[in-house]
Amino acid sequence: MTKLYQLAHCRAGDKGNTTILSLIAYRPEDFPLLCERVTVAAVKRHLAGIVKGELVRYELPHLSALQFVGRDALSGGVTTSLALDSHGKSLSSALLEMEVETG
Amino acid sequence: MPSASKSRTVRVGCGAGFAGDRLEPALVLAEHGALDYLGLECLGERTVALAALRRLRDPQAGYDPLLERRMDGLLPLIARNRVRVVTNMGAANPAAAAARVAAIARRKGLSLKIAAVIGDDVLDRLDADMPCLETGAPLKEFGEIVSANAYLGVDAMLPALAQGADVVVVGRAADPSLFLAPLVHEFGWRLDDYDRLARGTVVGHLLECGGQLTGGYYADPGRKDVPGMATLGFPFADVDQDGNARFAKVAGTGGAINRATATEQLLYEVTDPFGYETPDVTADFSTVCLDDLGNDMLAMRGARGKPRPQKLKVSVGYRAGFLGEGEIGYAGENCVARAEHAGDIVRERLANRFAEIRVDVIGMTSLHRAPLSAEPWRPYEVRLRVAARSPEEDTARLVGEEVEALFTNGPAGGGGVRARTVEQIGIVSCLMRRDAVATETRWFET
Repeated sequence: MTKLYQLAHCRAGDKGNTTILSLIAYRPEDFPLLCERVTVAAVKRHLAGIVKGELVRYELPHLSALQFVGRDALSGGVTTSLALDSHGKSLSSALLEMEVETG
Repeated sequence: MPSASKSRTVRVGCGAGFAGDRLEPALVLAEHGALDYLGLECLGERTVALAALRRLRDPQAGYDPLLERRMDGLLPLIARNRVRVVTNMGAANPAAAAARVAAIARRKGLSLKIAAVIGDDVLDRLDADMPCLETGAPLKEFGEIVSANAYLGVDAMLPALAQGADVVVVGRAADPSLFLAPLVHEFGWRLDDYDRLARGTVVGHLLECGGQLTGGYYADPGRKDVPGMATLGFPFADVDQDGNARFAKVAGTGGAINRATATEQLLYEVTDPFGYETPDVTADFSTVCLDDLGNDMLAMRGARGKPRPQKLKVSVGYRAGFLGEGEIGYAGENCVARAEHAGDIVRERLANRFAEIRVDVIGMTSLHRAPLSAEPWRPYEVRLRVAARSPEEDTARLVGEEVEALFTNGPAGGGGVRARTVEQIGIVSCLMRRDAVATETRWFET
């Protein structure tokens, strides 16, 4: 098992109660592996305590990147959330903690 | 074969990526960047609503709190080096901001044309029965509405640029539009030339967060090393008449620009990379090509565009009550158990006063609700954090008071209490017809 942290980098953004997580392969040759292993179902499982609503994945082969958009993920949104990190900026690190089979 | 005009480029820099951003990078860009334009993006979703509250208390207030400090240093440099500035530091009061900028310029003996773009404030024609985009509930159900601002596009800023403004001060505008407007003005792009508008929007999107493009927010020591972080430089772009661009930063500044730093920023906050909507265009980011040129330079080309959205997005601010917070720290053996115990005690004492109480152990659960790493996690020290919201400020203050009371009431070894109570402004959005939003340019000569 390999942590995504070893394979890819990520930046988290927010719009209202939606979190937006990029997942960018360091090496383009790892992009197919990310597409295969970092599925919507797997990310939903990994972020089950965080993303409560719909999760959508976009594939951007030009950029060797996936983009995840998770609804109902920021405890009501930046402006009224009780959370310490109301923007969910640190969720990039949450995604990169996920482990995938690389064998 | 490239014609002479084809080789012409316009250089646009970004001197601030949020309201509280550092002052120095803009000064470095204005002094050494050989810029044509400098954009200062200083307005978050909530910032404009907080500014509207300040304007309610004082009709001359409501612009960016750092306006004076930023302009004090910048104006002499932009006057000397003929750099034109576009900024949303007008926040809830662009006219007062522009008057303030003009006053600073006069005091320094500088001759500058300052323009305010008015018209994003649509509170007087907001229909509070309209459903919000987020949940579909009517706007009026959220709380007392204090602000409503339409996201303006380049069309609102072009008259000021056409009439020679040295500084253009707007309120709510789409962030990339601050950087696209100078490009449309310089190259004379038509407002239905969607591919060029899309590329200019990508330029703006890459620039708008300043240090997020130049490796600042990218850095992760040992994994993603970035040199010279303390002197992080902010980016500029040399844009050609087709909207393709080369990104770089001032030589000698810290940071890094490469394909990896730029890809993180390209996708940042983009809910649909195949259709990124601004007031100007719907841009397809999936066709963007980013190429490393070495020496912290990067080439961008290839975005495609589709027509702009028919309506304008409006950000609506409402009073959401008061947030009360308290924190206290625990260390050493059994610290997590003591913090959790303290949290249970505070929760029991406050339970009947609040609809929802958030209790976290910082070091364990505050950011992701639970440690998400596969390995077990045992911190040496943690902090308890309790947060709750109430319509009444006095009630919200009880949160911090109960956390502070853990000093003598226990459990053992708690220290380092911090408590605060702040008014919360909530934000929801709706759409508004373009013909309901009229903008005008006001001039403040020095």
